[in-house]
Amino acid sequence: MKILVCITHVPDTTSRISFSDNNTRFETNGVQFIIGPYDDYALARAVELKEKMGATVTVLNVGGAETEPTIRKALAIGADDAIRVNAEPTDSFFVASQIAEHAKGFDLVLMGRESIDYNGGVVHAMVGEMLGVPSFSPVMKLDIEGTGVKMAREIEGGKEYLEASLPLVAGCQEPIAEWKIPNMRGIMSAKTKPITVVEPKAVDKNVVVQKFELPAPKGAVKMIPADQMTDLVNRLKTEAKVL
Amino acid sequence: MSVLVFLESADGKVRKTSLEAVSYAVALGKPVTAIALGAVNAEELALAGKYGASKVLHASDERLNQPLVKAYASVIGKAMQDENAEVLILANSSLGTPVAAMVAVKTGAAFVSNVVELPDTSSGFSVKRSIYTGKAFARVEMKSGKKVLTLRKNAAEMKETSGQAEVKPYAVSLSEADFNAKITSTEKATGEVLLPEAEIVVSGGRGMKGPEHWGKLEELAHVLHAGTGCSKPVSDMGWRPHHEHVGQTGVKVAPQLYIAIGISGAIQHLAGVNSSKCIVVINKDPEAPFFKAADYGVVGDAFDVLPRLTEAIKAAK
Repeated sequence: MKILVCITHVPDTTSRISFSDNNTRFETNGVQFIIGPYDDYALARAVELKEKMGATVTVLNVGGAETEPTIRKALAIGADDAIRVNAEPTDSFFVASQIAEHAKGFDLVLMGRESIDYNGGVVHAMVGEMLGVPSFSPVMKLDIEGTGVKMAREIEGGKEYLEASLPLVAGCQEPIAEWKIPNMRGIMSAKTKPITVVEPKAVDKNVVVQKFELPAPKGAVKMIPADQMTDLVNRLKTEAKVL
Repeated sequence: MSVLVFLESADGKVRKTSLEAVSYAVALGKPVTAIALGAVNAEELALAGKYGASKVLHASDERLNQPLVKAYASVIGKAMQDENAEVLILANSSLGTPVAAMVAVKTGAAFVSNVVELPDTSSGFSVKRSIYTGKAFARVEMKSGKKVLTLRKNAAEMKETSGQAEVKPYAVSLSEADFNAKITSTEKATGEVLLPEAEIVVSGGRGMKGPEHWGKLEELAHVLHAGTGCSKPVSDMGWRPHHEHVGQTGVKVAPQLYIAIGISGAIQHLAGVNSSKCIVVINKDPEAPFFKAADYGVVGDAFDVLPRLTEAIKAAK
């Protein structure tokens, strides 16, 4: 079985977000980048499937040369090789088009349910549509028997259980697998695993980011004594107007 | 030229977030057609008219009673063409978002998800969308003639009109390929307010000390007609189901009022709640970081404050 895991290179979840160049560029200064947390679940499940049933795991990232440490980490966790599409991941359609270009021939394409920078949450659906194969997200359980796949997907207020056949695309989230931390052997072997760099396919961009904005700063918190809950309720009614 | 809106339904009822999407569409100033799929009650279909749609297409083919993304995308993509719709609008959801993405690929439309307010059409068509899990926004220009948008909750104010919609059956032609998966079963909490749609959310953290104390929190939620949420540690420990986990890697909520009880306010939790209009934090630790993100704060023990708050709300009703 051939598994493709698409990973994003994104700011750590604790990062303070700021912008430069007149609010047109994300300020990367002082920001630590990680494998997207949802992508990390996808990668962990791929490595589990490889260990359980035998598979090759290829990692794909759409990004500039600065993402290579993130790709190396994925190789250290257990992927066999990697593809880096040398382009800035500007929007979901562009990224999905790049992934679809390289995903043909894979039995299973896994990725996170969404990237934690743009939060589009649609690349899996777009890739599925481009390849003409089923796609599912957010998948919290995925088991393979032959070419049959059993999945659980989170829906509003519960879960949906699904069956489909390979090949397919899944956007993953917890608890599909436990995150894996690379061990020393993995880190050493990752150094010699191949990363193939390819140039992007030309795609007409029909969405363009004009500028970024930060939310308006929050006013100071009003503290209410614990024995004055009637006062709190009144304030929620008349001051905040939310009751 | 028209605007098409997907009326998502569950158990025959139209989702409130889809009616918000109708209000959003009406605000664009073009004729609005809504489309509903599968079994939906007649009076629910009429609601789209009440919020300003002039026409409701109902594809009642019983194969659509199961909400399969692929089949839904086929029907809605076709309707977008049939109606010559310039814009398709859907509420963000586990069904609507992937359907939107697939329709965008099919039709070559420009696509933006997580839209938070009405577009700026003064020159071209640009929308504001949430990014970095609510920590920032991007203003995005949509260049293609056809556009598909998915909306975050509260992207538009729901406005009743005096209008009525003509409900028309919509015939579909579906092939085997549209049914590329089988939903074998669905597990759903019943009788509670759905978290992503709730106007008020009451959420508990480790300060609740254990799942056996959730009754107190649920009582408060009940008097407020609120949805219940929890922090990541609470869902990780299995005190509450995963679909209640609010935060960066869980559900992102945007209620009018978010009440956090015994949650310290890690930045990952804040990412899931920072679109709330008003935040009340109850925590016994006056240094809890959540107070910095709150509108109102109460320093006190959850088990002391919770019943007092519940009583005060009952008394105010």
